[in-house]
Amino acid sequence: MQQNRIRWTDLLANTHAITGATALCLALAMPAQPLAEPRSHHDTLRLRNWQAPATLNPYLSAGAKNVEAASLVLEPLARTDPDGELVPWLARSIPTRENGGIATDGTAITWRLRDGLTWSDSTPVTAADLRFTWEYCMAEGAGCAQAMKFDGVSRIDTPDAQTVTLHFDAPRPMPYQAFVGPQSPVLQKAQFADCLGPKAQTCSTQNSAPIGTGPFVVTEFQPGNIAEFTANPAYRTPGQPGFDRVILQGGGKAAGAARAVLQTGEADFAANLQLPPEVLDSMQEAGTGRLLTAFGPLLERLVFNLTDPDPALGPERSTTAHPHPILSDPHVRAALMLALDRRALVDLGYGPAGRVTCALIPAPARFAPPHPKDCADQDLPRARALLDQAGWRDTDGDGLRDKDGRPLRLGFQTSVNPVRQDFQVVIQDWWRQIGVETELRAIDAGIFFGSDPANPDTFQKFNTDVQMFASAFAGTDPGNFLAGWRCENIPSPETDWQGANIARACDPAFDALSARLAETADPDARAQFVQQMSRHLIDSHALVPLVHRGRVAAAANGLEGPHLNPWGSPYWNIAEWRRAP
Amino acid sequence: MAPRPLIRLARRGLSLGLSLLAIALAIFGLLSLAPGDPLARMPLTLPPEVRAAMREAMGLDAPWPTRLALWLRQALIVEPLVLCDTLFGTSWAEDAPRLISWHSRTPVMGLIADRLPQTLRLMGLSYALGLACALPLGLWQAHRHRSAADHATTALTMTAYALPPFVVALLLIWVFSITLGWLPSGYDNSLRITDAASLGTEIRQLILPVAVLALQITAQLTRHLRASAIEVLDTDHIRTARAKGLGPRALLTGHVLRHAMIPVVTIVALGLPQIVGGAIITEQIFAINGIGHLLISSIHAGDLPVVQTITLLVAVLVVLANLLADATYRWLDPRLTG
Repeated sequence: MQQNRIRWTDLLANTHAITGATALCLALAMPAQPLAEPRSHHDTLRLRNWQAPATLNPYLSAGAKNVEAASLVLEPLARTDPDGELVPWLARSIPTRENGGIATDGTAITWRLRDGLTWSDSTPVTAADLRFTWEYCMAEGAGCAQAMKFDGVSRIDTPDAQTVTLHFDAPRPMPYQAFVGPQSPVLQKAQFADCLGPKAQTCSTQNSAPIGTGPFVVTEFQPGNIAEFTANPAYRTPGQPGFDRVILQGGGKAAGAARAVLQTGEADFAANLQLPPEVLDSMQEAGTGRLLTAFGPLLERLVFNLTDPDPALGPERSTTAHPHPILSDPHVRAALMLALDRRALVDLGYGPAGRVTCALIPAPARFAPPHPKDCADQDLPRARALLDQAGWRDTDGDGLRDKDGRPLRLGFQTSVNPVRQDFQVVIQDWWRQIGVETELRAIDAGIFFGSDPANPDTFQKFNTDVQMFASAFAGTDPGNFLAGWRCENIPSPETDWQGANIARACDPAFDALSARLAETADPDARAQFVQQMSRHLIDSHALVPLVHRGRVAAAANGLEGPHLNPWGSPYWNIAEWRRAP
Repeated sequence: MAPRPLIRLARRGLSLGLSLLAIALAIFGLLSLAPGDPLARMPLTLPPEVRAAMREAMGLDAPWPTRLALWLRQALIVEPLVLCDTLFGTSWAEDAPRLISWHSRTPVMGLIADRLPQTLRLMGLSYALGLACALPLGLWQAHRHRSAADHATTALTMTAYALPPFVVALLLIWVFSITLGWLPSGYDNSLRITDAASLGTEIRQLILPVAVLALQITAQLTRHLRASAIEVLDTDHIRTARAKGLGPRALLTGHVLRHAMIPVVTIVALGLPQIVGGAIITEQIFAINGIGHLLISSIHAGDLPVVQTITLLVAVLVVLANLLADATYRWLDPRLTG
C-alpha cells in the first residue's frame, strides 16, 4: 500500500512537460506590443471617452463621439463659442453683409483663410482644400454623413489660394453651415484625393489618421478602443498646445470614467457623464476633480400622437387619415401636461445636468420665449377639471375615467435607458392620480431610433399614444429644426415613415411662419419668428418639454482650460489646456 | 484508383467545406433577419436623404443575394488573400473589396487583429493554468478514489464549476481590489510593456481575470479526468502493469493518463475556439478590450460585418478543433479508426 502512495509534486513534475509546452507556444504566439515612449510622461493629457470613437473622419459618421475626437485634429473655418457666438477659426473673420462677405442677394458667402496656415505635414492650406472637401462630401456614393451642411451649395469658386466663395442655388438667410462647427472641418486634398465616391468608405488609413491643422496629430488609432495623439509641431499659435501627448481612452461605462477623474485621479478629463445625480454628488466628494456643465438645445420631451395608432386600421395606422380618439382633444393633452411635476423629474434623473423648462428651444437664450415662472408646475386639480370638462368621467367607479364606454387608457413608449424607465414609472403614477391608465413599453434604442421601414417599433412609426425621447438641432440656428413640424414632414407610408413631425401636428399658420423664417436674415426678426413658432407648438400641447438637458464632463483639479461648449466639441479649445503650475 | 487514405481525406474535406458553407449561410440569414439599424445611434438631426445615402454607401440597399455573394467573396476569398499578402509580401488581393466595418470604416480583420493579443493572452493563460492544475488534480483524485480527500476535492470542484464567472469575478474584485487593495479591478488597455515594471503591472492586472476563467476550466477538466481515470484504472492492461511491479507514478503518467485524456481532449478542443472568441462576460467585467468586447459592442452598434466575421471565425475554429480532436484521439489510442 505504501508503495502506491504518490505525491502531488511527482505528478506535477511529469505533467509539466505538456502544460509548459502549451504555455510556451501561447507566449510565443502573442505579438509583442510596439514600443512607444515611456509611460510616465509628465505632460500627457489623459482623456476618457467611455464611448470610444470608431472613426476620426466626421464626414463618414455623424456620431458625437467621432466628431468630438476628430476635433483634436481637424478644424473648420469658424466655430461657435460656449455663448453661442460664431468665432473665426481657420478664417480671418466671420463674413457678414456689413463687411461684404455675404452677397447682398444672399446667394454667396466669401471666406478668407488666415495667413500662413499649414497642415501638420507643413504643406500650406489652400482654397483648393476647401473646394475638395465639398466635392468629397457631395460625390456620388460617398455616403457623406454631413451632406446637409453643404445643402444648396451649387458651386465653389477659388479666386486665389486664400479665398473661397460658396454660391447657393437660392438666397440663404443663414449661410453659416458649410465649414462651420466640428461636423464639417477642412480635409487635406493631397491625403483624400483618391478617396472620392464609394472609395471614401474603404480609405481606412486616411479615415483613421486624417492630416489636420489642429493642435494634435494622430499617432495611433484603434477604433472603438483608444486613440493617441502628439502635439502638432506646425501648430500656428506659439506655445500651444500645452501638452505634448494626448491619450483618449474608451471602453467601460460612464461611472468608471467619472470615477477615474473624480475619485482616483487616473484621468484628467472625462466627457459625456450622464449619471444619476446622487452618484455624481458622492464622487465629487473625493475632491480630485470638478464637474462642468453646459446647456445647449437638447430637450427631453413627451410627444402625443394626434393620429389613431389602432392596429385594426392596418396601413392607415398612425396616419393623418384617422385623428386620435382621445388625444386629438387639446383639453386631454393639457390635462396630461398639468399632471407632470417637472422639477421632480429633473431632480430624479439629471440633477446638475438638467433644468426645468417650458420652452421648445431652450437655448440660445434669444430664442427662448419668456414664460411665467409657474409654467412647469404640477396642478392635479386643474388637470382633473379639464378632463371632466372634456367629458372623461369615471362612470363605473373603477378609478379609471371613461367616455362612451371607452376607458382612458394610453400606451407610453420610449427607448431602453434607466433614467427614461424611471420617468415612465413616475409619470404613470401621476397620470393614474388623474384617472388615466398607462401601459409602459421600453424599446431597444437600436430599434426605436432605427429607420428600418419594416420595423413597427420605430419612434417615427409611433404605433402608440405617447412617446418620450430627446432631440436637438445642430449649430445655433433652429430654422431647419422648427421646419420639421411643417405638415409636409409628417411621417407616413408615402415618405417611408421619414419626417420629423412625430406628433403629426399640422397647422397652416405654423407653416406660414416657417416659410417667413426661411426668408428672414435679420437676427432679431429671426428670434421673434422662432419664439412665435416655438410658442405655437407648446400651446398646441402636441408635445411637452420635460427636461432641458445639459452636457456634463469632469476635469481634474490640476487641469486648466476646459470650458464645455454645448454647440460643439468639449475639446474645442484643447490647444489652450494646460497643467496648473 | 486512388489510395484509400486520400479518398477519405477528400471526403472529409468536402464535408468540412459544405458544413462551413452551411454555417456561413445560417449566420448571414439569421443576422440579416434580426432587427437593428447601424444608423440608429446617429443624431436625430440627420436628414432622411443623408441617411439613405449612408445606407447605400454601406451596401445595405442591395438585394440580399448580392450582399450574400459579396460577403462570401470578401470573407472566404479576399481576406485570406490579404492575410497572405501581409505574411508573405505577395500582392494577390490588390484592389479587391475588403470587409469593412460599418461602424469604424476600417477593415474588420484589422479590428480583430487589434483585439486578438489581449484575448489570446487572457484565454491562453487561463487554459494553460487550468490544464496545469487539472491534470495532476484529476489523476490524484482518481488514485485516491473514495478517500476523504477525494470527496473534499469533488465538493470543491463542483462548487467552482457551478459558480458563474460573473459571481466569481465580483467576489474576487471585492476581496482583492476593494477590501485588500492588492490588485487592480479593471484592465488598463493603454499599458505598453516596455520594461520589468510595466510587465509587472501587466501581470498584476491579468491575475484576477485569469483566475476567474482558470477556476472554471480547472473544475470542469478535473471532474472529467477523474471520472475517466477511475475507469482506466480498472482495466486489464493497468492490472497487468501493476502486476509487473510498476510504481504508481509511472503507472499514472505512463499508462493511465494517455487513455484518460480522451474526454479531456474533447473538452479542450471544444474550448479552443473560445481562445480566439474571447470570454464575453469576463472581458466586460474587467473592461478588457478583447474579441468578446468587440463582439458585444458591434452587436449593440448593429455592425453586421464585424459580428458576422467573428461568428464565422469561431465556427471555422470549431470545425478545425474537431478535426484536431479526431487526430489526437487516434494518437492517444491507435485502436480508434474511422
